[in-house]
Amino acid sequence: MIPAPFEYERAESVEQAIDLLAAHEDAKLLAGGHSLLPLMRLRLARPSMLVDIGRLRDLSYVREEGDVVAIGALTRWHDLATSEVLQRACPIVAHTAAGIGDPQVRHMGTIGGSAAHADPASDIPAVLVALGAELVARGPGGERTIPAAGFFQGLFTSALAPDEVLTEVRVPRTAGRGWSYLKFHRRAQDWAIVGVAALAGDGGPPAVALTNMGDRPIRAAGVEEALAGGASPAEAAERAAEGTNPPSDTFGSAEYRRELAKVLVRRALEAAMAGR
Amino acid sequence: MAMTQERYVGREVLRKEDPEFLTGRARYVDDMALPGMAWMAVVRSPFAHARIKGVDVSRALGMPGVVAAFSGADLRGEWAGPLPMAWPVTEDIKNPPMYPLATDEARYQGEPVAVVVAESRAQAKDAAEAVEVDYEPLPAVISVEDAVREGAPLVHADLGTNASYTWTLTNGDVEKVFAEAPIVVQGRYYLPRLIPTAMEPRGAIAEANPVTGEITLWSSTQIPHITRVTMAAFVLGMPEQKLRVIAPRVGGGFGSKIRVSHEEALLCVLSRRLGRPVKWIEERSENYLATHHGRDVLQEIELAADEDGRIRGYRVKLLANMGAYLFLVAPGVPLLGAFLYCGPYGGEAYHFECTGVFTNTTPTDAYRGAGRPEATYAIERTIDQLARRVGKDPVEIRRLNFLPPFTEPTKSPGGLEFDAGDYGAALDKALQLVGYDDLRKEQAARRERGDAKQLGIGFSSYIEMCGLAPSRILGQLRYGAGGWDAASVRVLPTGKVEVAIGTTPHGQGHETTFAQIVADDLGVPVDDVDIIFGDTELVPRGMDTYGSRSLSVGGIAVHRACQKVVEKARKIAAHMLEVAEEDLEYERGTFRVKGAPEKAKTIAEMALPAWTAHDLPDGVEPGLDALSIFDPVNFTFPYGTHVAVVEVDTETGETRIVRYVAVDDVGTVINPMVVDGQVAGGVVQGIAEALYEEARYDENGQLLTANLTTYAVPAAPEVPAVTIGRQEIPSSSNELGVKGVGETGTIAAPPAVINAVVDALSHLGVTEVERPATPENVWRAIQRAKAQGPPGTQGGSATGAAPATEGGAA
Repeated sequence: MIPAPFEYERAESVEQAIDLLAAHEDAKLLAGGHSLLPLMRLRLARPSMLVDIGRLRDLSYVREEGDVVAIGALTRWHDLATSEVLQRACPIVAHTAAGIGDPQVRHMGTIGGSAAHADPASDIPAVLVALGAELVARGPGGERTIPAAGFFQGLFTSALAPDEVLTEVRVPRTAGRGWSYLKFHRRAQDWAIVGVAALAGDGGPPAVALTNMGDRPIRAAGVEEALAGGASPAEAAERAAEGTNPPSDTFGSAEYRRELAKVLVRRALEAAMAGR
Repeated sequence: MAMTQERYVGREVLRKEDPEFLTGRARYVDDMALPGMAWMAVVRSPFAHARIKGVDVSRALGMPGVVAAFSGADLRGEWAGPLPMAWPVTEDIKNPPMYPLATDEARYQGEPVAVVVAESRAQAKDAAEAVEVDYEPLPAVISVEDAVREGAPLVHADLGTNASYTWTLTNGDVEKVFAEAPIVVQGRYYLPRLIPTAMEPRGAIAEANPVTGEITLWSSTQIPHITRVTMAAFVLGMPEQKLRVIAPRVGGGFGSKIRVSHEEALLCVLSRRLGRPVKWIEERSENYLATHHGRDVLQEIELAADEDGRIRGYRVKLLANMGAYLFLVAPGVPLLGAFLYCGPYGGEAYHFECTGVFTNTTPTDAYRGAGRPEATYAIERTIDQLARRVGKDPVEIRRLNFLPPFTEPTKSPGGLEFDAGDYGAALDKALQLVGYDDLRKEQAARRERGDAKQLGIGFSSYIEMCGLAPSRILGQLRYGAGGWDAASVRVLPTGKVEVAIGTTPHGQGHETTFAQIVADDLGVPVDDVDIIFGDTELVPRGMDTYGSRSLSVGGIAVHRACQKVVEKARKIAAHMLEVAEEDLEYERGTFRVKGAPEKAKTIAEMALPAWTAHDLPDGVEPGLDALSIFDPVNFTFPYGTHVAVVEVDTETGETRIVRYVAVDDVGTVINPMVVDGQVAGGVVQGIAEALYEEARYDENGQLLTANLTTYAVPAAPEVPAVTIGRQEIPSSSNELGVKGVGETGTIAAPPAVINAVVDALSHLGVTEVERPATPENVWRAIQRAKAQGPPGTQGGSATGAAPATEGGAA
């Protein structure tokens, strides 16, 4: 309930945020606060300083840039869910955003905050991996672009350096492709026990990525390979647990998650192929 | 003032208390601040079992804002005695002393070992982290099954056993009935440990007056009166009249605030020592460790029956997890269900046995339903097994076994005399509301098609007991107090009415329901009646609120106090109208002269003359007020049938409730809207228990579900609309005919839901599913059935062999 003591600075620009991160060891960026603050309230996280970037309005946008939709890192879930651009150009992101947490969470939580937090149980990482998205980070040495597959490096671990700020998420236009994000959870507000992001149909090979089946979002390579070899969704889904290392926790055992992944991959593929 | 409007009782009067809640003006403990107030934080054991080798508060004392810090040893001399346990159910019960701070050993994760007082809440919290406690971890035991095994680690080494007590009850020749019965079915059910999760966690402020020696304790409690008598005399060693306990607005309890707590005792002592008011507000994660838990019972039940499925005998054995110590009424919780394992059914022999067991876990105590959900679950699951065994529909087996309709006290196999009921009629109403025949057709069609999502229909025909309780029976059960309650009705000179009640609402709507009774009895508008409660100085007599007792005990006291006022008013009216008392007729506030109805006086008209006392008849004391203390002669027995219709995804194990029907007879209904709210809320909590909630410990006694993320309390999206039906047969136990409604839903719902899950999967051979029926547990039940082959090959439905389930981690 009551966090340990910490310092607080509100950054007025990305550059100032980078400077503050560089100047304070153990500083953390605060965006929507819906991952970090609960951990601090339980005193599981004890940053010495919070650098609040939540009011950097110029990092909140959704815009089409050629074949890509560029999303500002501080765009909130609600704005993604209701973005007319995303609903048209990359509906899986809008759909996934609409199912995160509850309305309060969706009005505070940001796509960049969630990606940077790199919680393998969060929904957006698997979607970004399935999409082959890119993440743009800015640090003292300038800007760089990191492919989603390399961005998520482990449990709560991303490719971001301690003094880097995630500024943008770039997702490809998928208009015309079938897609599905299936999230299996007990309560609407829960994290996924298992989630499956699937893209299928015209415009590229099928892509399938899994939420909460390991320490980071995992590409279901076995499923994709089987599909490429002409397998049906049901046949391909049998390989859903290959290469995964799901956790056992109060929400479900690893054994159950592996079986669940097969069912959900099959359903997600069927939905994606039905062209929803 | 002629009373032409209809009666208030039976009407959906809008709740008088709601505007205050809805506008955020209600004042809870956390809304209060007193001049000079300091804050307490509690240092709690991180271990389930550990020797306390030393406590060093010196670093904490040096922290910013810290006022004081104490170990258990520092405060040992403050206590007149251990915290109270009020229900020693047997003569030889083992009840190890429990003090507000542990001194030698900590026996559960969360047990208080030290306290810190600081100027602010955050400072107190930071300083609590700086208290250094030297622990030597000891072996811990978590589940009841492990705790009763030979060689198990002992929670209290000096007792030589983890068994606290064994309580038994026998009616009829049980051995003979079971020996002769052609059919015996068995059930074995583990009911998970639950965490009550009131919206408002606990909290309290103590303010000691160093001059007078008085202490005022504001606490988020269900039991200010019981706290006053037990805390003052037994824990603080102070004169009872110098302790005032106030329960302001209380944000829910569900039993978790039936507690004379470590923290309240500490606050009183700290305020006395420091000469300042001291406040403590529980954090949610602290609440999950330190406020008592519920259920955690392993039950075995056997039914002896004739070949056609008529039940002849009941045999029940329980292991009830008490946790590390005996909390206030914990040993008696199983006794509240002990008489009800026969449900609403007949039979001639009955045996019940319960052993209370110590473990290194947070102590358990009453949680909404207390004992009755356990009993209802056992009988309602097992009667379905009996139905399968004899080839009957669940509806048919229930009808066959129901006690016939009655309106006068009728003996049940458990030994209690039920008050009034028609069990078959409630079942019929439920069938009609749910559309049973069509559902069975739909179920058959889905099975035929082999759908992934199968349909299940589950019944629960429950009976429970409310109206705690006839004091004589409580005495026989060795409870430490009576079961009466009190009400004072005061007609003020202006004709308004003030009623002081001994029950303590924390969400139930007493201010409206009781006002409706008074308004009808005295013939005044409901808005002219105000209810006062929750303060031992303003309401000196009371037994507080739990066990659905407030209306069926406290409400009767209110009604009787009104009758006394009327009798006194009759004397005054006769005097004023210059007739004999016998010549007066009374109806809803108005006395009329028989044969001359234009000659009349209302209660409201007599209020001022009764107060001025200028012209009262001889021997009549001024004022129109009366006190009634009501001690019930019998319990009340609400009952009904609930039906859950579920859709189970056989691939993922996910259960969705698609329809839920509740038909309850809670006796006379005072306010249908309040009753509907209680029914719906109770059902939701029961559904939560069936499908979602489970407190889990790892093998070392670390609570794995210590916050709202991991302890899965469902929210609005997860629960269905509840279709509420009603039957109203007045109770024979009291003159209002009321029974009680606070717990019916929680008692009825779990077996309805689980029976429905099992029914959905019965064609696959599933006969049992572990609780809560999470997707994984349902999926596992399906996998087990698949591994055993098609139904019938194992005879599994006859034995109902539940998988061994443990309280520990999976």
